[in-house]
Amino acid sequence: MFGKLTLDALPLYSAIAAGGAAITVGGALLVMIVITWLRSWKYLWTEWFTSVDHKRIGVMYIVLALIMLLRGFVDAGMMRAQQAIALNSDGYLPPEHFDQIFSSHGTIMIFFVAMPFLTGLVNIAVPLQIGTRDVAFPFLNSLSLWFSVSGAALVMVSLVIGKFSTAGWTGYPPFSGIEYNAGVGVDYWIWALLISGVGTTLTGINFIVTIVKRRAPGMTLMRMTPFTWTALCTAILMAFAFPALTVACGLLALDRLLGMHFFTNAQGGNMMNYINLFWIWGHPEVYILILPAFGVFSEVVATFSRKRLFGYESLVYATAAIAILSFTVWLHHFFTMGSSANVNAFFGVTTMIIAVPTGVKVFNWLLTMYRGRITFHPSMLWTVGFVVTFVIGGMTGVLLAMPPADFLMHNTTFLVAHFHNMIIPGVLFGYFAGYMYWFPKAFGFKLNEAWGKAAFWFWITGFYLAFMPLYALGLMGMPRRMEHYNDPAWQPWLIAASVGAALILVGIICLVVQLAVSIRDRRAALDLTGDPWDGRTLEWATSSPPPAYNFAVLPEINDREPLLDMKQRGVVFKKPSGYQDIELPRNTAVGVVMGGLSFVLGFAMVWHIWWLAAVCGLAMWIALVVRASDDEAEYVLPASEVARLEEARYQAMATGGS
Amino acid sequence: MSGGVTQFFESWRRWVMVAAVAFLATGCDRAVILNPKGPIADAERGLLIDAFSVMMVVIVPVIVLAFLFAWRYRASNRSATYAPTWSYSAKLDAVVWLIPALIVIAVAVLVWRSTHRLDPYREIVSNQPPLDIQVVGEDWKWLFIYPEQGIAVVNQMAIPAGRPISLRITSDTVMNSFYVPALAGQIYAMAGMQTRLQMLADAPGRFVGRNTQYSGGGFSDQFFEVLALSAGDFDAWVAKAKQSSDKLDAPTYAKLAEKSRRNPVVYYSTVEPRLFDSIIEKYNHEHRAHATGAPGR
Repeated sequence: MFGKLTLDALPLYSAIAAGGAAITVGGALLVMIVITWLRSWKYLWTEWFTSVDHKRIGVMYIVLALIMLLRGFVDAGMMRAQQAIALNSDGYLPPEHFDQIFSSHGTIMIFFVAMPFLTGLVNIAVPLQIGTRDVAFPFLNSLSLWFSVSGAALVMVSLVIGKFSTAGWTGYPPFSGIEYNAGVGVDYWIWALLISGVGTTLTGINFIVTIVKRRAPGMTLMRMTPFTWTALCTAILMAFAFPALTVACGLLALDRLLGMHFFTNAQGGNMMNYINLFWIWGHPEVYILILPAFGVFSEVVATFSRKRLFGYESLVYATAAIAILSFTVWLHHFFTMGSSANVNAFFGVTTMIIAVPTGVKVFNWLLTMYRGRITFHPSMLWTVGFVVTFVIGGMTGVLLAMPPADFLMHNTTFLVAHFHNMIIPGVLFGYFAGYMYWFPKAFGFKLNEAWGKAAFWFWITGFYLAFMPLYALGLMGMPRRMEHYNDPAWQPWLIAASVGAALILVGIICLVVQLAVSIRDRRAALDLTGDPWDGRTLEWATSSPPPAYNFAVLPEINDREPLLDMKQRGVVFKKPSGYQDIELPRNTAVGVVMGGLSFVLGFAMVWHIWWLAAVCGLAMWIALVVRASDDEAEYVLPASEVARLEEARYQAMATGGS
Repeated sequence: MSGGVTQFFESWRRWVMVAAVAFLATGCDRAVILNPKGPIADAERGLLIDAFSVMMVVIVPVIVLAFLFAWRYRASNRSATYAPTWSYSAKLDAVVWLIPALIVIAVAVLVWRSTHRLDPYREIVSNQPPLDIQVVGEDWKWLFIYPEQGIAVVNQMAIPAGRPISLRITSDTVMNSFYVPALAGQIYAMAGMQTRLQMLADAPGRFVGRNTQYSGGGFSDQFFEVLALSAGDFDAWVAKAKQSSDKLDAPTYAKLAEKSRRNPVVYYSTVEPRLFDSIIEKYNHEHRAHATGAPGR
């Protein structure tokens, strides 16, 4: 009846695990109680969970990312604390627990923080930047979101029922195979990635079509914003790279469930095939994460330098070049697997080549600041902090791209420091910059700047203190993922790193306080024009938050900086001569229902509850058929209603909102 | 490179080297990678320093420019030039593509040459014949088999200083990575396959070797001692091993291959014939191990 699931699955094997489970359950209950107390379930269901509006989907993605960031950070803090004290001792975490923590930390940060964060930003900004009323496939968009939530929920549930994977976020076989890892942890990891991975592939397809087909009249490719360009390249990478991960995880699941031998030690299985497949996805994934961040930096640096972006075309070509090259470098993740010198050298050189377009971008951002009028909004601070810190990570990346040097540094904390040096200042700072930049667009009021700046300073100093010691430890030959160690020379550096993690915690608290303070003081920071930063691009031409239809009249685009162009021609924020009926997608519960079913399906597969998995699979198929047969997926907003909504906006703009 | 440039680079490289060592002064002697004890690790370290030096030529200016522009063009500085529409310069565009491209070409040449020169399968040229050692990664210890000497030892690898060492490496469990940072970079150990690694210790000494690829609960304790000995001491070490009453026959090996943590050093005076090959073959339908690792071999 319940497959492998018994009461033994409760995490009572250690106080810390039980505490983690209690906090997870308690937190979830608390949120539910608050929602019930506020009587918000109906509102959330009708306005948010069933919404197919790209802006609301974007907000929900970012909420997911921020919640999971807290969980991922707790994991990081626990690892830093363990390593700070575990000299010649077992510290406070046994290896069987420590390895779950580093596995969930990586899995969560990549798949359930970075991915939803970037997808959220893309959802909020891109349709507005290209002047469309929604994405090409609004229902698919909702489905993608709920598949991501379902994957994240599976990872969270593993805290309470059973254990999580111990095989690291990369899940290398044969260690992740059934022979060496018989528990349910790896299955949780596989199903979380399979379900959310399908969602990401669909997101990729959705945004390729949206950007290619749904641009406003006059918005040629070479007039698209840099962020839209990076979103397009990222969407292409998602659509082409994620299937490789889905296949790798799927084959690993077959090995584990049906005793097949794709990646086992014996019977013709070979782990090297998994490792290749994983990184054929994994390296493009790095650029899936960072390209949108590059896009944000390009927008922010032009806006807050009050200057046209330098070398737009170079930047576009550099982005496209990075996207293509990202598929040619995957082997650099395993130079140490024994490939011939020709193979290793080839992949070393292709990796170096990516440094060229990346270097071009850095110079373009610098030259945009040159002869600008820079205001240091928090988004701009994240950008400058990024440029300075990112080049250090790029440099260590080139060092690791040289096979003989990689032999020395691979699998050490030097490697850990390198990729955090790319992902924190590169990816995360970019997302934070985007979050603070587009927040008023999504909610109609600005975020508190003082707390945003405080968050920046704690994050950046915390980053340096947490990760520069890891470079040094790598040079001392310390491998990654050590639960304890016996070299006293390492400990001071590990203690310094844990202090750095504590500073990052303060940075996170600043972000939470910033949000709370900004909501409290929102009336003083209302964005009535929809253009809080004296912007240049189209998303600032509509109101904040934009109406469901985004633009009452679709704009005609004549320039790369359409809003600046409209301002210069004096046609901005002017009432149009009339309105027309607008067709909009209708909300649907199918996305959230299918997401919920996919969660139960994943859970049933993890615990071998076959009947439940079959029921869920069937129910998902029926839901899809119901949706596909729905001939009333759109509704028409009459021109009179559009006029009424627009009139209210112009009224508010004229009277200052009072 | 022309003479002047070479000279400039040489002095720059020396300067960077001094700075790097000073930076790590607190733990420099501990920074094993900056303190190699053999020619392979030394060459790999040299590559690290060379590439680091080349890249500093562009990294330092970028960091300086970022601070400089951020400060000089701050909005409150009304004396700075403001050019809101200036967004393109063919010359600058050429420069921003060319500078990274030139640096990358320089480093790429370095990569191509060094990857071939330091191919871990390429035996070290020496007037002494290499000493063969077979290495097996286990849960969670390392087994070293000396085929010429007919001995084996757990968690200790003795080598004669000054003589090239040629390692054949496999795993009898999940993937491991064999790493003696003072002497050479690492290479994966994979079941059913054999990878190779060369190393040489310049002088007698003691070094640490590890598995760097996470392999489960005993991973943190899976390290071993490398003893680089003078020729005479090495012979004495072999003789001592040969005195051992433990013999590594098939049943003893099967027991050893089970999961165990913090194994003490154990010497075996004899080894089951073809043990290393049979460990590989048992994952290959008992066929002669033809697997040599990754593609291209």
